[in-house]
Amino acid sequence: MIGGLFIYNHKGEVLISRVYRDDIGRNAVDAFRVNVIHARQQVRSPVTNIARTSFFHVKRSNIWLAAVTKQNVNAAMVFEFLYKMCDVMTAYFGKISEENIKNNFVLIYELLDEILDFGYPQNSETGALKTFITQTGIKSQSKEEQSQITSQVTGQIGWRREGIKYRRNELFLDVLESVNLLMSPQGQVLSAHVSGRVVMKSYLSGMPECKFGMNDKIVIDKQGKGGGNGCQSIAIDDCTFHQCVRLSKFDAERSISFIPPDGECELMRYRTTKDIILPFRVIPLVREVGRTKLEVKVVIKSNFKPSLLAQKIEVRIPTPLNTSGVQVICMKGKAKYKASENAIVWKIKRMAGMKESQISAEIELLPTNDKKKWARPPISMNFEVPFAPSGLKVRYLKVFEPKLNYSDHDVIKWVRYIGRSGIYETRC
Amino acid sequence: MTDSKYFTTTKKGEIFELKAELNSDKKEKKKEAVKKVIASMTVGKDVSALFPDVVNCMQTDNLELKKLVYLYLMNYAKSQPDMAIMAVNTFVKDCEDPNPLIRALAVRTMGCIRVDKITEYLCEPLRKCLKDEDPYVRKTAAVCVAKLHDINAQLVEDQGFLDTLKDLISDSNPMVVANAVAALSEIAESHPNSNLLDLNPQSINKLLTALNECTEWGQIFILDCLANYTPRDDRESQSICERVTPRLSHANSAVVLSAVKVLMKFMEMLPKDLDYYGTLLKKLAPPLVTLLSAEPELQYVALRNINLIVQKRPEILKHEMKVFFVKYNDPIYVKLEKLDIMIRLASQANIAQVLAELKEYATEVDVDFVRKAVRAIGRCAIKVEQSAERCVSTLLDLIQTKVNYVVQEAIVVIKDIFRKYPNKYESVIATLCENLDSLDEPEARAAMIWIVGEYAERIDNADELLESFLEGFHDESTQVQLQLLTAIVKLFLKKPTETQELVQQVLSLATQDSDNPDLRDRGYIYWRLLSTDPVAAKEVVLAEKPLISEETDLIEPTLLEELICHIGTLASVYHKPPSAFVEGSRGVMHKRLPARTGSGEGTECPDVGNAAGGSAPEAAPSIIPSQGDLLGDLLNLDLAPPTTTGPTPSTSGMQMGGMDLLGGGLESLVGTLGGDIGGSPAMGAGFGAAPAVMPASLNAPVGGGLGDLFDLGGGVGMPMGAYIPPKTVWLPAMKAKGLEISGTFARRAGVIQMELVLTNKAMSVMTDFAIQFNRNSFGLAPAGPLQVLTPLGPNQTIEVSLPLSTVGPVMKMDPLNNLQVAVKNNIDVFYFSCQYPISMLFVEDGKMERQVFLATWKDIPNDNESQFQIQDCHLNSEAASNKLQGSNIFTIAKRTVEGQDMLYMSIKLSNGIWVLAELKVQAGNPNYTVIELPASEIAAQINASEFKQQTDLNINCSEETVN
Repeated sequence: MIGGLFIYNHKGEVLISRVYRDDIGRNAVDAFRVNVIHARQQVRSPVTNIARTSFFHVKRSNIWLAAVTKQNVNAAMVFEFLYKMCDVMTAYFGKISEENIKNNFVLIYELLDEILDFGYPQNSETGALKTFITQTGIKSQSKEEQSQITSQVTGQIGWRREGIKYRRNELFLDVLESVNLLMSPQGQVLSAHVSGRVVMKSYLSGMPECKFGMNDKIVIDKQGKGGGNGCQSIAIDDCTFHQCVRLSKFDAERSISFIPPDGECELMRYRTTKDIILPFRVIPLVREVGRTKLEVKVVIKSNFKPSLLAQKIEVRIPTPLNTSGVQVICMKGKAKYKASENAIVWKIKRMAGMKESQISAEIELLPTNDKKKWARPPISMNFEVPFAPSGLKVRYLKVFEPKLNYSDHDVIKWVRYIGRSGIYETRC
Repeated sequence: MTDSKYFTTTKKGEIFELKAELNSDKKEKKKEAVKKVIASMTVGKDVSALFPDVVNCMQTDNLELKKLVYLYLMNYAKSQPDMAIMAVNTFVKDCEDPNPLIRALAVRTMGCIRVDKITEYLCEPLRKCLKDEDPYVRKTAAVCVAKLHDINAQLVEDQGFLDTLKDLISDSNPMVVANAVAALSEIAESHPNSNLLDLNPQSINKLLTALNECTEWGQIFILDCLANYTPRDDRESQSICERVTPRLSHANSAVVLSAVKVLMKFMEMLPKDLDYYGTLLKKLAPPLVTLLSAEPELQYVALRNINLIVQKRPEILKHEMKVFFVKYNDPIYVKLEKLDIMIRLASQANIAQVLAELKEYATEVDVDFVRKAVRAIGRCAIKVEQSAERCVSTLLDLIQTKVNYVVQEAIVVIKDIFRKYPNKYESVIATLCENLDSLDEPEARAAMIWIVGEYAERIDNADELLESFLEGFHDESTQVQLQLLTAIVKLFLKKPTETQELVQQVLSLATQDSDNPDLRDRGYIYWRLLSTDPVAAKEVVLAEKPLISEETDLIEPTLLEELICHIGTLASVYHKPPSAFVEGSRGVMHKRLPARTGSGEGTECPDVGNAAGGSAPEAAPSIIPSQGDLLGDLLNLDLAPPTTTGPTPSTSGMQMGGMDLLGGGLESLVGTLGGDIGGSPAMGAGFGAAPAVMPASLNAPVGGGLGDLFDLGGGVGMPMGAYIPPKTVWLPAMKAKGLEISGTFARRAGVIQMELVLTNKAMSVMTDFAIQFNRNSFGLAPAGPLQVLTPLGPNQTIEVSLPLSTVGPVMKMDPLNNLQVAVKNNIDVFYFSCQYPISMLFVEDGKMERQVFLATWKDIPNDNESQFQIQDCHLNSEAASNKLQGSNIFTIAKRTVEGQDMLYMSIKLSNGIWVLAELKVQAGNPNYTVIELPASEIAAQINASEFKQQTDLNINCSEETVN
């Protein structure tokens, strides 16, 4: 199991050091600094073995988190734990920065004591942790409160406490998708997939039993004839759920039922690869004119309903390292050559569906005797669209709370779809 | 909230100031001071001097302060054990606190304080907490048992905590169950043979129920534990799989990977024709692909595991090639792993796409990645014949880029393509030759030279090209030198007229001017070949080359099986068994996949089920239960020293020294021996060469089949030769995929022979036989390779005699004469163990000088003596003596007292140990009495009964021949 956990700043100074196992000594702290943080070469692996000690690290801005062990631990678990640790810290004090960590080091030690016992991760749901690990010191609790805390931390529904009350029962569903594309210069889709998340923000009283439904092909097909209300169904390649969802029920009936944590949670993640609506098409044209000049022309076409508007559009056209000057002409938005990023960045605030726009640029190059050809990195794109590129639709989210006197109809529900670009690249 | 200020105080005299503050009356000031102490501790300053002052702050109602003090205690208690005792009372009191959070905190912290005296006080509170009414306290106490076990394992056992922990597996609270499972698994790991985690269908059922209810981490603990279980049959296996599959939809990747591990392992047991088997295969792909959308670090772990899964079950992901395409922004470690998997998944169906991708990658920035991509193109050509032409043209395009490392890498792979498809792509040679000058890496130079030599007859200026390399011959690396030598000899054989001078030049460079023995030897061989028989030289040097394999970098099958059992863990990330990177006994135990049981419970062969259970089979030619050490030796891995198997209970009074002979007593022993035996040079040498540890081992079933021997009747043994036991089946065909091995041991003309009969009972031809022994008591090792020259066809049998040496590595076995053997062929590696007759180790020069014998006999302490009777032996002393001599048991003297013949005999073992014996034979009485005296303390380690049986065996067989 995890033998110790260290947090370093970018210089390699230790901010937090907690050792759980006897086989990890203080020298491990230095070994990681010397061999990884101060290493000259780029990090080639997130797992490093130094003198029979294994170090797992993740980096958040310029903060290094490292878990150390000498045993054959579950590596996936260690990384999941490190991410979780970051989530918990963010939930407590915001951004993970050197200053925030130093300001909260007592709290971090307290958290580490609670969520990692002898290197074994324990309940790390912030909802539960916040009931008894606070920055303001423990209020004197009554006996009932104490046992409520412990039963929540260890209980089957460790993510929600009882007795929550809201005057207005309300819930928000966000379907957030990132659409990923790799396209050849000739416009052939090399790979495309959507990875989506359903994020739920709920403000519901009591212990509400929820049931979530979407246009999952398997479910729709099962319901068969009765369905035919024109709802397009989608094939979901795979999905994973928050731990509140009853997985065995999903496996058996493909129904998604759960008692949600209070506040925000990521209910589900899914991935689709079929029938994806690609919101934009990028058509590149790069021509090398002699050894010192490049002509680039890029056309983007929006491919969705004209009534919808895409936002925050950004096209990034890479330029060679030996670029000396760039002249850009674009029909819409603003384009700029950013020498520090070796790219032309073209920004468009808004663009409606079924439109097209174009940019052309002349790139002047310094002659070099470098034999190596320019690698031509792909043109990448960022955008945001108000629909789900996978075609996913929320069909219902039913809420039942038998003990309290509100029904499904009394709950105010909001659904929103946002499609963003993931890695959306076209080779040129 | 600006605690950061505590990090900044660095001035002198700080400790004194802190001391004063810690002893302040004001609570706030105290707390501030403790925070400063913790901050100093974090950055590595030694604040242990403040121990008493900090501990004084422990008695407080303020939980935050208390936690800080505890944190301090955990860090420094070990360095101040006496003062740490001061804290005990508070801990014990806190364990009784009405607040469960405080009870748990106390028991959690106490377990982290590694001071013996504190540990004693921990037992009672821990016992109470394990039975606490609050689940939070119980789950903390469960982990605490593991902590305590780490400090003092004996104490945990004595106090019965293990039983309480086992009871917690049935706890009503899932989190308590999960922590109990985690603690038990850890404890069980350090006791590989204990049956701590007594997994049976009932307990498995409890775990599976808890699995649905506990936290994500708890699910991981339970799944990892489940993976150690071996179901009784395929039905149980299927029902567990069915209950584990829902976990594949968990958001936590570690839960998913651990579930994959359980499924991959239990799938082994399912019959392939079962519908469910196919369903399961289909269910595995999507979650594995989903893992690739996790954060990069997890992707890396997932990819390393997918690499294993693809090797074990390629069918799972064969349609998912696209998801392994490299993204421009992937971290380099993800890119390299994806590329690896792409090569493995490449097939005729997807080759076009793969090639297009690889070509793209070959223009990237990272040198390692580009090289690997170029190499991958070559692999594709070799793997998918239809694509070869396209691959070659892609490689040529890449060579045109003139990027130095791309060109070199391309040439290396083109060489392999030439090997696979001879005489097909020579047209590209001209292009290759253009780049001769830019090659500066040995591998590329060697590849180029090979190409020139191989196609010398088609390259007009081959001699010039090779000559150009010859100029700097001595500066080249060995690889290039060897290749150059061979290439020029090839050239000479193809164009003898023009290149005589060149070949002489290279031969003299290689043989006369080189320090490298490999190069010299190869040079001499060519020289002699060329000068004696050029036709033979042609046949040798220009012979047709064997095919090269399509797959590369495949993990050896046994290791792969083990790694599959470690999916998700570090072992699967490193692709090494845990013993290669974990110290001590933990995790050294090797895991294996269960065997398929066929359909239904009523399998025809109970042994298979038995082997699947992982328990040591009782059958005589046993599959070695823990083949770990053997495997390690075979793979040449960096293994920790093997743990000796559990101590054998001693029943005779003979066990004297124990096992530490090698360390302390050896020198003195050699001294005394020298004195005792009067400087017998053979003796001294024997000792120097093989100082064997020979711990006592009992219950050796060596002569177990004595009765059988009597029934065998005459005519088997040879009158004057050593006794050779009849051949027995060591490895039955059903355990070795159709290979049956039977055999025996013999000593012929002073050489120990292992006589093997290999029978192929499978349908396919077997080739590439090799043999290896595990370390054993007498250092037996094969003296040469296993000589199976022709492939062994179906239903063919071959007899092989393998000479053995006794200079191999030594390790005590139980029984002493046990030998663990691994036999490899083109299908797999198989393990079995057999027992050799000790008499095989009796050496020819075992005849001791009379005087020496006498002196030695007197000097041997009486304790070493053992006495036993041989029943029903109808030989006279003369015949017995002759017969025994055949087995190198020499009669030194004989005297007759009151009608009894007394024979004095000596035996010398291959490792230099002497054994002296007295044999009493009474005429007309069929019973012999043997008194046996091992000649020194070291020999006393040889168990008496062992020798009794051996002597029995020899005498009995002599009798058998005479009758």
